[in-house]
Amino acid sequence: MAQVSLRKVVKRYESIQVVHGIDLDIADSEFVVLVGPSGCGKSTTLRMIAGLEEISDGEISVDGDVVNDVPPKDRDMAMVFQNYALYPHMTVYENMSFGLRLKKFPKEEIKRRVAEAARILDIEDLLERKPRQLSGGQRQRVAMGRAIVRNPKVFLFDEPLSNLDAKLRVQMRTEIKRVHQKVKTTTVYVTHDQVEAMTLADRVVVMNKGIIEQIGAPNFLYHSPATRFVAGFIGSPAMNFIPCKLEAAGDGLTMRLDKVSFAIPAERVARYKAFAGKDLTFGIRPEHLTDAHPNGTKNVAQFDAAIEVVEPMGHETMVFFTVNGAEVCARVDPNSGAKTGSPLKMAIQLDHMHLIDNSSGKVL
Amino acid sequence: MTATTAETYEAKRGSATRPRYGSMSRDRQWALRWSYFFLVLFAIFFLTPPIYMIITSLKSSAEISAATSPWWVYHPTLSNYKELLGSSQYLIYFRNSAMVSICVVTVTMLISIPAAFALARMRFWGSTALATGVFLTYLVPDSLLFIPLFKMFAVFNEWTGIQLLNKWYCLLLVYPTLTVPFCTWILIGYFASIPKELDEAALMDGANYRQILLRVFIPVALPGLIAATIFAFTVSWAQFLYPLALTTSADQLVLPVGIITSLIKGDVFNWGQIMTGALLGALPPLVIYAFLMDYYIAGLTAGATKG
Repeated sequence: MAQVSLRKVVKRYESIQVVHGIDLDIADSEFVVLVGPSGCGKSTTLRMIAGLEEISDGEISVDGDVVNDVPPKDRDMAMVFQNYALYPHMTVYENMSFGLRLKKFPKEEIKRRVAEAARILDIEDLLERKPRQLSGGQRQRVAMGRAIVRNPKVFLFDEPLSNLDAKLRVQMRTEIKRVHQKVKTTTVYVTHDQVEAMTLADRVVVMNKGIIEQIGAPNFLYHSPATRFVAGFIGSPAMNFIPCKLEAAGDGLTMRLDKVSFAIPAERVARYKAFAGKDLTFGIRPEHLTDAHPNGTKNVAQFDAAIEVVEPMGHETMVFFTVNGAEVCARVDPNSGAKTGSPLKMAIQLDHMHLIDNSSGKVL
Repeated sequence: MTATTAETYEAKRGSATRPRYGSMSRDRQWALRWSYFFLVLFAIFFLTPPIYMIITSLKSSAEISAATSPWWVYHPTLSNYKELLGSSQYLIYFRNSAMVSICVVTVTMLISIPAAFALARMRFWGSTALATGVFLTYLVPDSLLFIPLFKMFAVFNEWTGIQLLNKWYCLLLVYPTLTVPFCTWILIGYFASIPKELDEAALMDGANYRQILLRVFIPVALPGLIAATIFAFTVSWAQFLYPLALTTSADQLVLPVGIITSLIKGDVFNWGQIMTGALLGALPPLVIYAFLMDYYIAGLTAGATKG
């Protein structure tokens, strides 16, 4: 187990810079997920931590020791790859014990560790099989087993579930979380799937275009995104973004969306006061945009929406309509009577609203 | 009435759909016919010489020169085989060929495997140019090279007093100029098809490059290595021009040159023994092919595509 620190880490491929000086501190036993769209530099960052990519600038340290020039084999980290990367000519036992055999561990110790890892991952029956005789999920377990037996300082996962089908992915996600709770090894996990990031991480690092947009606990990122990118990336279905104009109204503020306007809750007025008169973007998650109930609570604004598409999901119904030129998704009660082409009274829970500065992309 | 209508409908439907399936199977039939036609043609083309050799090797000299059908043996005899295998000369040629081929295969593999690994995996300045350069050297024909090589050995002798010309082991220095570039090229393709994550996984597991090569690449690329081995062996075994130019003493000759020089005396061709010698000489590569055929085919195709 170890602490990992990244200080102003830069990665350049000739003239193209893909990681722009990132800073990150990962605590002992922490499960950190790097998430972002493809090409955001998350895998490159992970590979720099592993030592598989050289660092162009900056510093990576493990337990306070700078490891910039330490080769991967001496970093005491284990990595699980997207395509499993099992040695095809070796049995599962040989695959899992390869690292220990290279380090000349006693045979009994190797046996004990492989058996223990196989027990944790429930692959005891597969030890004599070759990788080609295993299913995708089993292969991924073996790849994890190979990492566990080494008892490394840090686990690195590079999109380990991307090659699995949806059901198995959910299953393996739980498995990974369970394994981490048992072994408590510091873990850095890369994924482009924000659901994986939210469910697994102690802290999520959202990356975009080679920079870190925001670091925080999953719930914090969900409820208090720092930028429009994070607000849009975390959460499914994504947050709605609607162009709006903030107007002063006496001591308070109103927000104008096309034809309708709402009063900004009094407790938020001070925060937004400086932006009165500006064109901003109004952000609201679909679950905070619901069908209106007669006994509406505080800070709820109501308006009529012309429903364009209805998607029943069973426990809820998604409806789509247009506000101020932006397509908006809302979650309504299955019994709300939402019908395509007919109007529905909608309610916005303004306690959960976000206002975004169009020029900087920052959430105000 | 209804039944008739249904039958008519069925008949119409049948006649409308059948030609489609029919034309597909007809296409396939024609494709198969053409395939067999060309396969038979090539089989005849390539098998005629060895069959002719077998027939001739079973004939006495008198029968060969007699005006009988060259495609039939009237008085089969094993005398050619007995004489050849009883002559110490032929066995020396065979031994020289075996020594040269085994040593060349070993030398080639010892150079080609690390070279291909380095060129395929360890990116360094000029590695791409070097990989192309390796292959280009293979394109220089041996008929252009044997004179400078002869001269080099002569100069080497002048400078050091070590005589390499007219020694079978000088071929150990010459043949790798043919085998190393091609085998390296085959192996580069093969090694490149091994997923990069596999060596990265081994690196993370604590392996160094030597261990990655020995414990991951060589076992995974075994079919490719066998393909390269067969190629190196065949080239060494069948090489004619270099041994003809560089060796002359009877005890230093290899099989292809030995057969020609000892069994053709002036304008007298001992056809029966020439054919027998050539047939027996073709046996070792044939045996190796037969055993490793599956690996050889897999080796040649597996490097071409990913996966």
